[in-house]
Amino acid sequence: MNFTNRTGLCSQHPDTIRKMKNDFRKMEDEMDRLATNMAVITDFSARISATLQDRHERITKLAGVHALLRKLQFLFELPSRLTKCVELGAYGQAVRYQGRARAVLQQYQHLPSFRAIQDDCQVITARLAQQLRQRFREGGSGAPEQAECVELLLALGEPAEELCEEFLAHARGRLEAELRSLEAELGPSPPAPDVLEFTDRGGSGFVGGLCQVASAYQELFAAQGPAGAEKLAAFARELGGRYFALVERRLAQEQGGGDNSLLVRALDRFHRRLRAPGALLAAAGLAEAATEIVERVARERLGHHLQGLRSAFLGCLTDVRQALAAPRLAGKEGPGLAELLANVASSILSHIKASLAAVHLFTAKEVSFSNKPYFRGEFCSQGVREGLIVGFIRSMCQTAQSFCDSPGEKGGATPPALLLLLSRLCLDYETATISYILTLTDEQFLVQDQSPVTPVSTLCAEARETARRLLTHYVKVQGLVISQMLRKSVETRDWLSTLEPRNVRAVMKRVVEDTTAIDVQVGLLYEEGVRKAQSSDSSKRTFSVYSSSRQQGRYAPSYTPSAPMDTNLLSNIQKLFSERIDVFSPVEFNKVSVLTGIIKISLKTLLECVRLRTFGRFGLQQVQVDCHFLQLYLWRFVADEELVHLLLDEVVASAALRCPDPVPMEPSVVEVICERG
Amino acid sequence: MDFPPPVAAERSVVWEPTGDGRRVISLADSHILLWDLQESSSQAVLAGSASLEGKGQLKFTAGRWSPHHTCTQVATANDTTIRGWDTRSMSQIYCIENAHGQLVRDLDFNPNKQYYLASCGDDCKVKFWDTRNVTEPVKTLEEHSHWVWSVRYNHSHDQLVLTGSSDSRVILSNMVSISSEPFGHLVDDDDLSDQEERRPEEKSQEPPQDSVIATYEEHEDSVYAVDWSSADPWLFASLSYDGRLVINRVPRALKYHILL
Repeated sequence: MNFTNRTGLCSQHPDTIRKMKNDFRKMEDEMDRLATNMAVITDFSARISATLQDRHERITKLAGVHALLRKLQFLFELPSRLTKCVELGAYGQAVRYQGRARAVLQQYQHLPSFRAIQDDCQVITARLAQQLRQRFREGGSGAPEQAECVELLLALGEPAEELCEEFLAHARGRLEAELRSLEAELGPSPPAPDVLEFTDRGGSGFVGGLCQVASAYQELFAAQGPAGAEKLAAFARELGGRYFALVERRLAQEQGGGDNSLLVRALDRFHRRLRAPGALLAAAGLAEAATEIVERVARERLGHHLQGLRSAFLGCLTDVRQALAAPRLAGKEGPGLAELLANVASSILSHIKASLAAVHLFTAKEVSFSNKPYFRGEFCSQGVREGLIVGFIRSMCQTAQSFCDSPGEKGGATPPALLLLLSRLCLDYETATISYILTLTDEQFLVQDQSPVTPVSTLCAEARETARRLLTHYVKVQGLVISQMLRKSVETRDWLSTLEPRNVRAVMKRVVEDTTAIDVQVGLLYEEGVRKAQSSDSSKRTFSVYSSSRQQGRYAPSYTPSAPMDTNLLSNIQKLFSERIDVFSPVEFNKVSVLTGIIKISLKTLLECVRLRTFGRFGLQQVQVDCHFLQLYLWRFVADEELVHLLLDEVVASAALRCPDPVPMEPSVVEVICERG
Repeated sequence: MDFPPPVAAERSVVWEPTGDGRRVISLADSHILLWDLQESSSQAVLAGSASLEGKGQLKFTAGRWSPHHTCTQVATANDTTIRGWDTRSMSQIYCIENAHGQLVRDLDFNPNKQYYLASCGDDCKVKFWDTRNVTEPVKTLEEHSHWVWSVRYNHSHDQLVLTGSSDSRVILSNMVSISSEPFGHLVDDDDLSDQEERRPEEKSQEPPQDSVIATYEEHEDSVYAVDWSSADPWLFASLSYDGRLVINRVPRALKYHILL
């Protein structure tokens, strides 16, 4: 309060100020009186103390003697008291008594009476210790009582190492009983509880017990230092190892099914349980061992899922084969190839998605081990992406390719439609499906480590290669079927003594029918492709008089049949300018290319077989008719119809060369016969 | 020379490669006939015959004498099977089932290595066999793109193999790994000075790889026969459908590599 305020206050409330002044004066007076009283009291007190001083000293001395006497009495009574305590079982009290007396007895050993007492006490103490041990060994009295016994024994001065050993041995007995009961569950006697219950029991029973033992041990024997801790660690390791072995055995029994949820929960509980006592049992490395077990199980599950995917794929293929081989009921169309392909593709995709979902459980946030480095990194990249997904796609390609290598190329083992379907499947995988699956995988399992992963392009290249090989093999197989027909037809007929041809041979019609059927089949799965427009460039026309091409009208009259040498020379010259036909050239992914390949193979076979026979006149004419028929119908299947013309001309020319009496049929007659047939 | 009239179409006639040329094998349909030509070479006596047992019409397609074993072995092909016969008893020695996926067109024996046989067929492959173990071919070549009509070993250097096919190509291959000299010449130590000794050892340590030496595309049509010259081991000829006979040499670099 500054002066201005005080003056303000003084001026505003004069009455109050006067009253305050009066009160202060009164208080001063009272304080003075109090001071004088206190002085008087102090004076009196000093006088009393002085008077009582003498008494005080004597009483103190008496009190001291009394205490000493009581102690002596205690000492003399000690043996009997101890005995009574031991009889009553109040061990704690006995030990306390003993503790109190020990130092004194030790000091006054030389006095015979004390000596006697000490001896007695020692005897009783020894008995007490023995009884405590007995109690300890009997066990069955529960852990806290055990701990108490040990504590008392330590207080009695028993050697600590022995106690450690005994304590651990005891605990071992209990824990082993737990392990045995767990083991009993693994046995064949039904009903085996499920994995979750097993790990719960193991966790609460064994691990709980182990934790209790460990904490009790550490409390009791903390003074033992590192040697004691080492014993505990060794103990924990050994029993922990046995527990883990049991757990692994139990987990190994979990073979079945695609659903991992129960397994993951069980592993989670198991792992969690062993994380809690981590601090206590850190030296024993139990937590790491638990993590390792979980990792192993996860790897195994991945392998299991991969097997599942593989067998699902093989199952799809078997279904397709059955569907293809099933007899067609009259009036009811079997499933088309496109439908079968769609079924296979969707089935595989759904299996993959199911597997991914099942495996994803291992990395869920709630699971205790999902943030371990293995699960965050290697599991996602190497385990799931590389092992499961990439591994499955590769095995799919390999299985598909194995159809190409089947021995004995009779084509009877693998239906050609299956080859076609697989090649389209692989092509679809290359264009779209592989990248879709891998994107899905990467989204669900974020890759967080640097390990190398297969890029999408590599897998796509492999799939394309597989598709190409399958399609090439399909072309070979179908070409072989038709070639066999043609070969048999040429080899088994007696060409020297045939009659004049009246109609086209049945085998040719069969060839055309089969080719049409193949065209339809391939058309179900593949696009049309590009056909070369019919060129009007006349320089590509063949000069052979036996040519069955339609535009021969301009040149036919110029060359008489009586000069076969000229024809030959001209055809050879013409061959120089045309491209050599590569029969087994690589096949493109369209229908026209496939059909071209098949027809090339068939016609080349026909050519080679014709060159090995000898023909009579009518034999040659029959060949002429057959080739014209083929040319009428086969040109529309190939990319470049020149090809068909060339090959068929060559067939007829070769037959003519093998004929001692070549007289070709009139083209008009040939056409009439073909139209009729 | 008069042969008794044939029962069926004669497929091929093959002379005994060594000896006094008195014995001839002819293949007809499903029979092998061994003829002994008399001294005056005007009569032929049937010395032995064998035939194929089995269902269907079995026909021989090719046959060859083996130059080893004092000319007592003959190999034949029918459909996809290769069989070996002993001419002394006319009984079958070995049989390679499914040698090729389709018809077997030709056979040839390795002149320097016993038991080795080459075959080619309509599956566009050339396969090399060890007749002691006929379950699997020792080597398979798949260089041609259509039926392989003939395969021939070079008479003196058996790593050179010639094949002709109806894809109009002739391919000369170097089959070093199954030849009689897989590591090239082994040089005598006496002939070299100390400095040079080390070098040949390095050279012979890396075995040369089998490879295609050259592809000859001079033909315009199917090549049906190829063969080596008996006068010059580096010359060979090939014959195609259009009547073209082409004579070629082994590339000089390879010739010197083999000789030296």
